[in-house]
Amino acid sequence: MAGQTLYDKLWASHLVSSRDDGTSLIYIDRHLLHEVTSPQAFEGLRLADRRPWRIDANIATADHNVPTSLKERSAGIAGIEDNVSRIQVQTLDDNTTSFGIETFGINDVRQGIVHIIGPEQGATLPGMTVVCGDSHTATHGAFGALAHGIGTSEVEHVLATQCLIQRKMKNMQVRVEGQLGPHVTAKDIVLAIIGRIGTAGGTGYAIEFAGSAIRDLSMEGRMTICNMAIEAGARVGLVAVDQTTIDYVKGRPFAPTPEQWDAAVENWRSLVSDDDAVFDKVVTLDAAAIEPQVSWGTSPEMVVGIHDSVPDPAQATDDTTRRGITRALEYMGLHAGQKMTDIQLDRVFIGSCTNARIEDLRAAAAVVEGRQVAGSIKQAMVVPGSGLVKRQAEQEGLDQVFRDAGFEWREAGCSMCLAMNADKLGAGEHCASTSNRNFEGRQGYGGRTHLVSPAMAAAAAIAGHFVDVREFVGTPAPTRRAVGL
Amino acid sequence: MKSFVRQKGLVAPLDRANVDTDLIIPKQFLKSIKRTGFGPNLFDELRYLDEGYPGQDCANRPINPEFVLNQPRYEGASVLLARKNFGCGSSREHAPWALEDFGFRVIIAPSFADIFFNNAFKNGLLLIQLDEATVDQLFDAVDKTPGYRLDVDLVNQQILTPEGESIAFEVDAFRKYCLENGLDDIGLTLTDNSEAIREFETRHRAAQPWLFRDGAVRQA
Ligand code: SF4
Repeated sequence: MAGQTLYDKLWASHLVSSRDDGTSLIYIDRHLLHEVTSPQAFEGLRLADRRPWRIDANIATADHNVPTSLKERSAGIAGIEDNVSRIQVQTLDDNTTSFGIETFGINDVRQGIVHIIGPEQGATLPGMTVVCGDSHTATHGAFGALAHGIGTSEVEHVLATQCLIQRKMKNMQVRVEGQLGPHVTAKDIVLAIIGRIGTAGGTGYAIEFAGSAIRDLSMEGRMTICNMAIEAGARVGLVAVDQTTIDYVKGRPFAPTPEQWDAAVENWRSLVSDDDAVFDKVVTLDAAAIEPQVSWGTSPEMVVGIHDSVPDPAQATDDTTRRGITRALEYMGLHAGQKMTDIQLDRVFIGSCTNARIEDLRAAAAVVEGRQVAGSIKQAMVVPGSGLVKRQAEQEGLDQVFRDAGFEWREAGCSMCLAMNADKLGAGEHCASTSNRNFEGRQGYGGRTHLVSPAMAAAAAIAGHFVDVREFVGTPAPTRRAVGL
Repeated sequence: MKSFVRQKGLVAPLDRANVDTDLIIPKQFLKSIKRTGFGPNLFDELRYLDEGYPGQDCANRPINPEFVLNQPRYEGASVLLARKNFGCGSSREHAPWALEDFGFRVIIAPSFADIFFNNAFKNGLLLIQLDEATVDQLFDAVDKTPGYRLDVDLVNQQILTPEGESIAFEVDAFRKYCLENGLDDIGLTLTDNSEAIREFETRHRAAQPWLFRDGAVRQA
């Protein structure tokens, strides 16, 4: 019998029951809740007079539409100026209070974007199943956890039954071998992968990211990669457990107790794909060939290396693609053949569950240090992914580096990643953004998003247009020593 | 959930690949804590010429006459014909809520994004995946034939065209069962599986106690 993939193992260890048609019930260990996709689920529970199955599996925080200005934040929920947002955040608080679910309130230092705080608290552990009413839940797969983004009906189902109805996916392995060039980051890897396989390339698959370049990444980098699995169509992204994973988890608030630790680690060591495991599809990339990436269009697959140009619709192989490119260029206000380095920017956003961890802020700060944001940039902002990331960055003096350069330094939240709060693009404005989606209107009505790494966003802020961060900085950035969380 | 057995409906074509859920229902409308009322804001950025905000009366907004759903010939459509990777992006269930609220019951496309696919069935929408060539033909036929209607028969898993053709489609047995009977799957899971879940939980807890924090397991 062929060996098992990591996904096969996680599936098997959580399978409660299966129907003949393959519809299965899998047990959920961790459920993260936020304000946008939960109110209707709680309402559903109440209407049916149901209770959550297992309270301690749930953790909640508000992130999507919390304001990020200190002024609004300091007054707590009552200080949220947007009425509709305030009601939604208040509703989460009311619901979690009435059901007794652990919640990190908006001014708790542990508050932040769900996908940042789960791992940070050790609430995401290897071998777990993790769900959240948010498609970027794949992030948690970086820990060798089976993590699915779910919809609101599924949120309600998980609350009520501690299970999710699923069909087993197929296995895909994306191998990235070799060494990345200096200033080329996890974000560039994942954008290059999406550019290669397309936004539907992973539909129906669980993608395991493997290869020496993935092994060499920190947990932060692995989270960045798994985070964007959904942008390749895959609901699940995974990285096998190794020492890096175990070291990251140790000592975190929700991690196993010292008495449980050895047994847990022994269990986690098996969370790798067997050598003889068979994948339905394998894609290989050479890390050394990956350039810093910049997206030019309105889908994450519309991405090129910094030294490339905007593509020509005439070169498209089929009609639907040609129309897609034409429409994207029109929306983005770009023309075929235009150099990426010629794209002038209006705003810069460093944040989101893709790139708002401490390592991301360090990489951006290293580029920014001692320089100034270009005069043509209307706004450059850094939004840490959690209160704890913010605090650590401040301990390292990164906030000062950003402020001195002309960046705004904000409170934690999703912010301009989806512009549900006041942080948004104006129509026609170009933004270098470290987030994960460049869909039409995503960062504001008519806004034009370009997805890049934190280092590339920082360099773009200084130059006022896209530049190759490697030429910009010259030498690799000095690494800063981490201060314990 | 509304049940779906068989329905004959007017077809509206949305000729565009990778339609994402941000496009189906923009984020400002996700602030609602209700499940209903999203229909007027379905495809908001394509449908109107101004920027919409929650709670607004859409009746007086400037309409984009070019957009397909604004064309009189597609008024009252309940079948949406779409291109590949429909529903990609965010997991927002507001997308199927908006489609359903607008009046759609069936979506036909060459492929759908996974999360959207799941969400849609849980809200009484029937998603039908057909090969690219058949979808092309349908786009053609809709374009040429005002008032083009398809008769979608879930029980026999076939679509009857006005030309008298029958197109077979696949659907999971479980999804079909839920949709035909308008069943909410939480009730089904609890009735059929409560015991199995409890047994699984006991074994799981013994094997990996660190996954459980305070032992607060619900008593039935
Ligand atoms: S940061 Fe952006 S992508 Fe991540 S959870 Fe928030 S809104 Fe979603």
